[in-house]
Amino acid sequence: MDRKVDVAVIGGGPAGLAAALKAHEAGARQVLVMERDSYPGGILQQCIHNGFGLHYFGEELTGPEYAQRFVDQVEHTDGIEVMLDTMVLSVSPDRVVTAVGKAGLITVQAGAVVLAMGCRERTRGALGIAGTRPAGVYTAGCAQRLVNMEGMMPGRRVVVLGSGDIGLIMARRMVWEGAKVEMVCELMPYSSGLNRNIVQCLEDNGIPLYFNTTVVEIHGQERVEGVTVAEVDPATRAPKMETARFVPCDTLLLSVGLIPENELTKGTGADMDPVTSGAVVDAARQTTAEGIFACGNVLHVHDLVDNVSREAAIAGENAAKYALGKLNKAETVRVMAQGGVRYVVPQRLVKGEGKAELYFRVGAAFKPARLTISCAERVLVSKKKLVMTPGEMEKAEIDLSQVDGDVTVRVEEG
Amino acid sequence: MYDVVVIGAGVVGCAIARQLSKYKIRVAVLEAKVDVAMGASRANSAIVHAGYDCKPGTNMARVNVAGNAMYDEWCRDLCVPLKRVGSLVAAFSEEEMEQVKKLRDYGEKNGVPGLAILTREEALDKQPGLSPEVVGALWAPTGAITCPYEMTIACAENAHDNGVEFYFDFLAEKITTLRDAVEVESDKNVLFRSRYVVNAAGVHADEISRLMGDDSFTISGRKGEYILLDREASGFVQRVVFQAPGPLGKGVLVSPTVDGNAFIGPTAVDDSGKEDTSVTQAGVDALKRAGVRSMPQVPANRPITAFAGIRAIPSTGDFILGQSKANPRLIQAAGICSPGLSSAPAIAVETVESLRRAGLNLVERGDFNPVRKKEKPFRAMTQEERAAAVEKDPRYGRVICRCETVTEAEIAAAIERTLGKATLDGVKRRTRAGMGRCQGGFCAPRVMELIEKYGGIPMEKITKNGGASKMIVGRTRQEEK
Ligand SMILES: Cc1cc2nc3c(=O)[nH]c(=O)nc-3n(C[C@H](O)[C@H](O)[C@H](O)COP(=O)(O)OP(=O)(O)OC[C@H]3O[C@@H](n4cnc5c(N)ncnc54)[C@H](O)[C@@H]3O)c2cc1C
Ligand SMILES: Cc1cc2nc3c(=O)[nH]c(=O)nc-3n(C[C@H](O)[C@H](O)[C@H](O)COP(=O)(O)OP(=O)(O)OC[C@H]3O[C@@H](n4cnc5c(N)ncnc54)[C@H](O)[C@@H]3O)c2cc1C
Repeated sequence: MDRKVDVAVIGGGPAGLAAALKAHEAGARQVLVMERDSYPGGILQQCIHNGFGLHYFGEELTGPEYAQRFVDQVEHTDGIEVMLDTMVLSVSPDRVVTAVGKAGLITVQAGAVVLAMGCRERTRGALGIAGTRPAGVYTAGCAQRLVNMEGMMPGRRVVVLGSGDIGLIMARRMVWEGAKVEMVCELMPYSSGLNRNIVQCLEDNGIPLYFNTTVVEIHGQERVEGVTVAEVDPATRAPKMETARFVPCDTLLLSVGLIPENELTKGTGADMDPVTSGAVVDAARQTTAEGIFACGNVLHVHDLVDNVSREAAIAGENAAKYALGKLNKAETVRVMAQGGVRYVVPQRLVKGEGKAELYFRVGAAFKPARLTISCAERVLVSKKKLVMTPGEMEKAEIDLSQVDGDVTVRVEEG
Repeated sequence: MYDVVVIGAGVVGCAIARQLSKYKIRVAVLEAKVDVAMGASRANSAIVHAGYDCKPGTNMARVNVAGNAMYDEWCRDLCVPLKRVGSLVAAFSEEEMEQVKKLRDYGEKNGVPGLAILTREEALDKQPGLSPEVVGALWAPTGAITCPYEMTIACAENAHDNGVEFYFDFLAEKITTLRDAVEVESDKNVLFRSRYVVNAAGVHADEISRLMGDDSFTISGRKGEYILLDREASGFVQRVVFQAPGPLGKGVLVSPTVDGNAFIGPTAVDDSGKEDTSVTQAGVDALKRAGVRSMPQVPANRPITAFAGIRAIPSTGDFILGQSKANPRLIQAAGICSPGLSSAPAIAVETVESLRRAGLNLVERGDFNPVRKKEKPFRAMTQEERAAAVEKDPRYGRVICRCETVTEAEIAAAIERTLGKATLDGVKRRTRAGMGRCQGGFCAPRVMELIEKYGGIPMEKITKNGGASKMIVGRTRQEEK
């Protein structure tokens, strides 16, 4: 063992940095952040647009500005060390972290581990779009990195598939850089992106958004020459080939979903949630692998970094408590998604005092929506909301003293 | 003046080049694309067939069985993965069982060792998860899996180490046969003069042959599509699982790859043309159905990519090998459809013998080195090996591709070893960077930086796989200012 620390944090994005700060504040003396990139800040470093921090800092910042606030604080905190260019290769169930960096192979015994590895983008292969395999097919995040960090243009005439936030933001960026964005196609009858992004990125730039529409084929031997788009049957999602049409373009950007990056998590033996693709956690954000916590996009995909920071603080604080022997093992009850609810985080709760915030997403749009949270016959929360969409994460608070068994979270029309 | 030029740098051309590099002769390989293994040799089933499905007495039967037996030595010397996992041909009815028995008879005539007819239970024992509908199977223990592009790359590098010259971006377009030599000219008017030409031009071998006055055969394309599955979902298959063959070939198979993924494929689309490697929705749907037929639990909904290759189907129904009757300076290695990968080492040996018979003076050189070294991938190293590697070269400490754990040191080595031009796909085939789950989403920009750094190719000129497949089209406005 090369060294011992109280809390090891895997990933130096906004989640990792916020978790490290809070862990230190909560009494962990030695906190080590390991980040594979050459700089901290994670995916925020390539998000040079405005719109971060409205909730957390009460002002509008760019991604790098938001990250910098945390980077500065970490730099001024003696008990936190950030190792850059360091890729974690494995985390064992007994919290031995193995990493590799320029200095060689490192093993660290951690009192507690916070997993904050973020997510990756779904690809063309995972969707199985037919056609050729030319250059010019990029995930939106990859294109974002090329444009914003390397100053490279991936193409001049663009079709975007998927109306996730990154796709919307990249559509606008490409227009600003002088490219022509032909359209954004969305398979579903609604966008998974934030409403403000649809307005600011598409509508303000005259980019058409087609719902119930997808790309069925990619054309071009060497470089993309066009795509065939078709409407889909809203019920079956099967393309209606009679509506197929060719759209000339040299670039296809994919914004078709993010998947938590959980290879390391699986190595710890923690239970996984098949819906979020992240670990199963309790309100402390502890996974079922003892002393191993998770937060940020590795736990479930967030649309707002503000929520990431908040969640990371919970994980960091509890990781410190665990490392200091102050987090007692307790029995948990399950939190279950019902009706229109796709998933809820945390998936477990410890009975007791205080309040817990539940974060959840619906699987389809509800206008209006009725939310009911109950424990057995007891209704804990009953609320109406004008609209709930899959693109926005919802939040509700419950009183833990009311919880003595499994909790259900349910959304219905009405 | 060259003694031999080989046209085509697929597995056949490169294996021949390697075999020729044992002799004191001057050899050049001429390839139309920017890299080796850009044709059928990069997209196929990667099976080293046992040799039971070729008709006895054919060229195919002979070189397949001989080639299979040579694979262990070639792969060991060339540092190419080979796994003798064995293959099963599953029959779903008594009629299909008759087919399968016919394959056994063929195999025995062809000299394939170890063949056995299995009962349903024995088949299920060899491959748990096989469909319960199976009535029996043929078992071939010498069936193996390898990596076809790695084999091609390794043969080329070893040939090059032993003095063979490689020229890329050379599309042979005009060939003039003189009295004592042949002149091969490219579309860019580069000219090679050689005593003999070996035709290993894949789907275009009939055109090369015609340019040299031999029009005794034609070649048509038969496309085969595949879906490759996520490694996490790939543990369900350990053997190569065929279905009893149909009229268009060996049928759809389910197989593991040497890298731990599994795939379903290929389809067989006859007369598909020679260039169209697109994947169709109909093809993918057919593959999923066929995969489920063999192995009901196949996770067909966990693809990471789909691709297609084109078989070079000869009008003669057999590999066309040896000296051309129409032109004694032309040695054919044409119409090499499946099992061409399995046969490549034996085709190489036979081609050299054909050249000898044609009059080429072949004297062995004393210093032929059969070994091509490749550093162990970081991903396959033990902790101690990893620590030692970083100690020696800190670039092993910089992981570029996080899905497949590929480091800067490995990518730098791959770029430096590339005989043609480094491309994104070329780096991917050599190192697996970008072959994992994110398919290059994270590492493509970083690999491009390394191609610029180690290959000296400016960002704007970097391609995915040569030609017009540029990755970027220019600088952003910000940068231009
Ligand atoms: C393109 C895009 C646009 C967005 N736009 C907005 C917006 O407008 N407003 C808003 O509020 N939010 C936005 N978000 C959301 C917000 O940026 C993310 O939710 C947030 O960055 C997630 O933080 P994270 O720390 O969980 O993940 P990340 O930022 O992805 O950080 C994870 C870090 O872990 C590192 N890592 C991963 N694996 C390892 C390993 N094995 N070893 C070491 N290090 C590792 C990675 O290199 C990375 O630095 C956007 C997100 C994206 C992707
Ligand atoms: C779908 C499919 C599945 C298969 N499965 C298997 C299998 O499991 N096992 C097996 O043993 N075999 C299999 N095969 C067959 C095997 O892939 C081929 O037999 C083998 O790759 C052929 O190698 P080659 O070198 O002849 O052709 P190629 O790899 O196609 O190489 C020919 C080269 O010649 C070049 N060329 C062409 N014209 C010119 C010109 N005018 N000037 C310069 N260069 C030129 C091309 O650019 C190309 O690089 C399969 C094939 C396919 C398509």
